[in-house]
Amino acid sequence: MPEEKPPVVPKPGEAPAAPAAATSAAKAAPEAKAHPEKPAAVAPSGPVGEPWTGEIVEALHKTFPEIAIQAFTYLTQNYLIIPRESVVPVAMFLKTELHFNLLADLTAADYPKREKRFEVVYQLYSFSRNERLRVKAPVGEQESIESVIPVWSGADWMEREVYDMFGIRFEHHPNMKRILLPDEWEGYPLRKDYGILQQDERWVRENLHIESGQ
Amino acid sequence: MATSTPQATFLDANEIVINMGPQHPSTHGVLRVILKLDGEKVMGTECIIGYLHRGVEKIAENRTYVQFAPYVDRMDYVAAVSNGLGYCEAIEKLLNAEAPPRARYVRTILTELNRISSHLLWLGTHALDLGAITPLFYTFREREEILKIFENYCGARLTTHAFRIGGLQYETYDGFEEQVKAFCDYFPPKVDEYETLLTGNRIWLERTKGVGILKADEAIDMCVTGPVLRASGVKWDLRKAKPYAAYAELDFDIPTGPNGDTFDRYFVRMEEMRQSIRIVRQAVAKIPEGPIMGKVPKIMKPPVGEIYHSIEAPKGELGYYVVSDGSTQPYRVRVRPPCFINLQALDRMCRGHLVADVVAIIGTIDIVLGEVDR
Repeated sequence: MPEEKPPVVPKPGEAPAAPAAATSAAKAAPEAKAHPEKPAAVAPSGPVGEPWTGEIVEALHKTFPEIAIQAFTYLTQNYLIIPRESVVPVAMFLKTELHFNLLADLTAADYPKREKRFEVVYQLYSFSRNERLRVKAPVGEQESIESVIPVWSGADWMEREVYDMFGIRFEHHPNMKRILLPDEWEGYPLRKDYGILQQDERWVRENLHIESGQ
Repeated sequence: MATSTPQATFLDANEIVINMGPQHPSTHGVLRVILKLDGEKVMGTECIIGYLHRGVEKIAENRTYVQFAPYVDRMDYVAAVSNGLGYCEAIEKLLNAEAPPRARYVRTILTELNRISSHLLWLGTHALDLGAITPLFYTFREREEILKIFENYCGARLTTHAFRIGGLQYETYDGFEEQVKAFCDYFPPKVDEYETLLTGNRIWLERTKGVGILKADEAIDMCVTGPVLRASGVKWDLRKAKPYAAYAELDFDIPTGPNGDTFDRYFVRMEEMRQSIRIVRQAVAKIPEGPIMGKVPKIMKPPVGEIYHSIEAPKGELGYYVVSDGSTQPYRVRVRPPCFINLQALDRMCRGHLVADVVAIIGTIDIVLGEVDR
């Protein structure tokens, strides 16, 4: 005697706990509420941080006076937001002068409500300072960003994965191909408008020549 | 017949391209490596991965924080406890909560036991790839003892889901400390046993010394972390650099290797097993009394923000970059996979070596395809 419907897996936002029933409505609703639009046109909406100042920020402002580098800190983690064109010079400066020589992670996130939809995120670490730094660069839908392989050659596969999952092209990458998904895959799964249902329907239609029953 | 020049066939080609297919006993999972060979010398390699890609990061966006926790075990399935520790600590940071001291100590003990079991599996399979069959049986015998402890604690041997966000769910069972102490006494002579089998063995030395050298600056440039980086001479361990759980209060050393070849990586991992026993012994002696679950809300809605938290998993730096939009489901979870990033160095390490060394090098990077592909 089933008291409740078994949760349908593809429907996002459905959680078994009753108080979370509010989120079982379309997922867009809680997201729209939870992205506070900051009044400043330059500052992207999303993670909220306090302004961060310090020797690193001053060194950056001094070396790159014409680049709009914003520095914030949230939960003691510092991050910079830089324009996408300046990624390689800033990265090279951070690596050589400020000794952030380990690129711990290179990834991206999709914020479709923003003007520049994607944000490529670099997690840097400095051995000598034992300090972490995050660098974020907003990238628009059709825009591409320069590859940081000249700075850290380990960025190779990480950039391929970002391309694979989001569709962000990295210029001057030696091998800009999909890495985790098959080469002939269409679509970029980690984008917010990529639905799992849509993927299932396409596969079933192409391979089994029937309509998917989902 | 011999007067005309023989027709050139593909056997005369200078470079042969050979596929080391996804089904291969030595690739530790579904890894496809395309080798360009000149005779038996490797001129270049190309890795094709993604056979085990399950879309874990996309799934994370459709599950609540608590519902996602079992999924992280399945990435590096050999070291599931570490994965869980990294995730739970990342979400605790995002919620600005802290696990109580007792939970931190038990987490440390289980994570170090997991490190030992991961290294034991690595040792058994790596030795097996190089032709030494006996160590496999010995290491799996020890691994059984650790898996018994995990099973007694949380009911599962492999994908344990041992920790919860905020602390632990299960109190340690009666006899936990005794069983762990007994293991600490039982295990160190076994490591010596493996060493007598392998370290002085001429065949082992021939197959591992000088194979797959990765220098320190190359390793840092390729973003390699973990035992591979330490074997290249960089004395860096996240348990000492950015301590988490109970590591700040425990005393241990960080082994490094001088050359960065396969033998050094073997040596570093053997030493790490000994250091892990040292950590477990100290931690078990000092588990504090107290609650096991911190103050976390029942419905977890971290404030809008992001966090990057990483731990020293047995394979390297395992990081979680979690972006929260204030709802019960994460907005973006990125897992920084140590095996994926370490595997990039395969090409550089294999050049100029023989085909048989490719097997040794794949084994020595210690990859688990569940984490490479997620």
